[in-house]
Amino acid sequence: MTQERTYLGVPLHKPKVAFFELSSCEGCQLQIVNNEATLLDFLSLVEIVNFREAMTERSNDYEIAFVEGSVTRADEITRLTEIRRNAAVLVALGSCACFGGVNQLKNRFHDIAWVKKEVYGKHPVETEAEAKPLEAFVRVDLKIFGCPIKKEEVEKIVTNVALGRPVQHPKFPVCMECKANENICLFDLGEPCLGPVTRAGCDSWCPNSRMGCWGCRGPADDANVEQLRNIAKKHGISAEAMLDRLECFGGFASHVDEIRGKAKAKKTASAAKGGVNPPSSPLGKGRRR
Amino acid sequence: MKVSCNVNVHHLTRVEGHGNIQIRIRNGKVETAQWEVVETPRFFEAMLVGKNWDNAPWICGRICGICSIGHTLASIRGIENAFGIVPSEQTRKLRILLKHMETLQSHVLHLYFLAAPDFLNLGSVIPLVEANPGVVKMAAGLKLLANDACDVIGGRRLHPTRTVVGGFTMLPEKGQLEAIKKRLEAAMADLVKTADIFRTFKIPAFVRETEFVSLGSAKEYPFIGGDLVSTDGVRKPEHEYRKMTNEYCVEQSTSKWSRLSRKSFAVGALARLNNNFAMLHPEARKLSESFGLEPVNHNPYMNNIAQLVECVHVTLDSIAIIDELLGSKWDEPRQPVTPKSGVGVGAVEVPRGILYHCYEFDAKGKIVKSDCIIPTSQNHANIQHDIEELARVSGDSGKKDEEIELLASMLVRAYDPCISCSVH
Repeated sequence: MTQERTYLGVPLHKPKVAFFELSSCEGCQLQIVNNEATLLDFLSLVEIVNFREAMTERSNDYEIAFVEGSVTRADEITRLTEIRRNAAVLVALGSCACFGGVNQLKNRFHDIAWVKKEVYGKHPVETEAEAKPLEAFVRVDLKIFGCPIKKEEVEKIVTNVALGRPVQHPKFPVCMECKANENICLFDLGEPCLGPVTRAGCDSWCPNSRMGCWGCRGPADDANVEQLRNIAKKHGISAEAMLDRLECFGGFASHVDEIRGKAKAKKTASAAKGGVNPPSSPLGKGRRR
Repeated sequence: MKVSCNVNVHHLTRVEGHGNIQIRIRNGKVETAQWEVVETPRFFEAMLVGKNWDNAPWICGRICGICSIGHTLASIRGIENAFGIVPSEQTRKLRILLKHMETLQSHVLHLYFLAAPDFLNLGSVIPLVEANPGVVKMAAGLKLLANDACDVIGGRRLHPTRTVVGGFTMLPEKGQLEAIKKRLEAAMADLVKTADIFRTFKIPAFVRETEFVSLGSAKEYPFIGGDLVSTDGVRKPEHEYRKMTNEYCVEQSTSKWSRLSRKSFAVGALARLNNNFAMLHPEARKLSESFGLEPVNHNPYMNNIAQLVECVHVTLDSIAIIDELLGSKWDEPRQPVTPKSGVGVGAVEVPRGILYHCYEFDAKGKIVKSDCIIPTSQNHANIQHDIEELARVSGDSGKKDEEIELLASMLVRAYDPCISCSVH
């Protein structure tokens, strides 16, 4: 392709890179193609040998595999295992690959037969009971968070991976980026927001547009979800609105389980005291993890 | 001349999602001709059940990475129709503008990066980076412009952040719109060059008569809401969309199929153009005529040209919309929302055809039932019948396996299928 890159006269290694997708919207791969301004530079840094969305050529000879999407069907486990075997470095690309993403919203129903019937009626269709992240099945070397991934961040990470440098995610939350961007606090506008507990790195992408954070990048180090829920309550934001956001992308799954567990215990207790049981529903009967 | 052929394309490339093509011909007789969709279902319609109304646009936009703006807008329209909210004129204009920019982005991506390599006998656009960097740069520039415009209006080019029920969370600055307008004006020259490039491509001469379904309007080339029409003369109001789609399940596909007056129908740029040709911007109409593309055109490969024509239409219409927006004062970005029980349908023309979102709400605005019908799922049956016809005419054409494989792959690509979207 373009002229070989050198550093102090030594040719730089151009890693062979492959892109794959499991259950997803393929938006994260599209974000790579969306790097119009820097796409050509990016192409000179790596050699893409597999990218079904953009090219016909295919190869199993690659060093870095980027995998988008979550695992929702048995054949995807086989594909993923094979990719893991071929790749020296396996990168989980986006929230579906890292946490299950929006796909894991179906996991909150205890009854997969109901889920299938709701969409396909009596027609048989194959799916796993739960949508799961890649690391439920294989070792993941690196995660790139976000729904969608942010192209600037990906470029930085890919450059580091290609040059063999370590990749470090920010430990602090989106809230700090949002403050630095001098945005109006979404809580003051009465909007729910997970900025105080979500890992930074997106430059407070959604709050910059006055949309509260939905937590697509998962928890920051030392995220205090309990405290966030108290803050939200003080601002008159419903516990349910916060829960909707916490469970949207799967990054806060353990927190959601804990909150639901507590709510369930409370309900059981009030039912024992003569309270009313919730109507029978496929919702919220606990998740299998 | 009798041919035998065995074409087996596993996970067709340069399309969004996973589909297979199988064609087996023995001694001129077609034994198999199949378009198989093997994408994994994600169960979006089930996911939404029990969720509050405001989750729907955010979650449903994630059905598709390429047309997330269209999904978000269809979802919003469905909810607004259920709650009896009529968007302000300003919101309506901004939404159309945002839609136009998604259409431009998606069509340019398809025309240059997914479809063009076939006509140049290449596996991807990557070899062109070296062979013809000017063209690749121009294509990337057009896409960048459309994507930047989506950022400015929708907050983000993919999975937009500012689009909400009732309007927008934030408005663009007028200076930003002015800048976009200048770039759109400059882009017209690139679109003319694009047309010149596509004029050199040999569009396969293949015709199979079918029915075309889209929004229909006598006032404008329609993109958001309105009547549903077909070239066979069917006309239904938006809320009766199920009578247009008639979805059913088939063995060979995890996506549902659709039919209307015939065994299948087509949606997309060609369908829109066939139904609303007179409403195209005059410049776009002229371009269409120069390619011999006039209604009703039954060559599915011409969907590529219909997309090109729409690129010109949306670019010129966007310039006009920006002029209108710049000529008036900004109103409030967003109106208040009061949920109520009921059913609402949103029909929106997304790049690959007509998309429907339908939600049923209880009195508190909780989703009781949802239904999303994707353009590509409406196209699958038509693709199947096209593949059958292609196999039939190839049976005695003396074509080699590779030629038939290429024609079949190009046929599917011409629909610009969004397969993961169609399964959702």
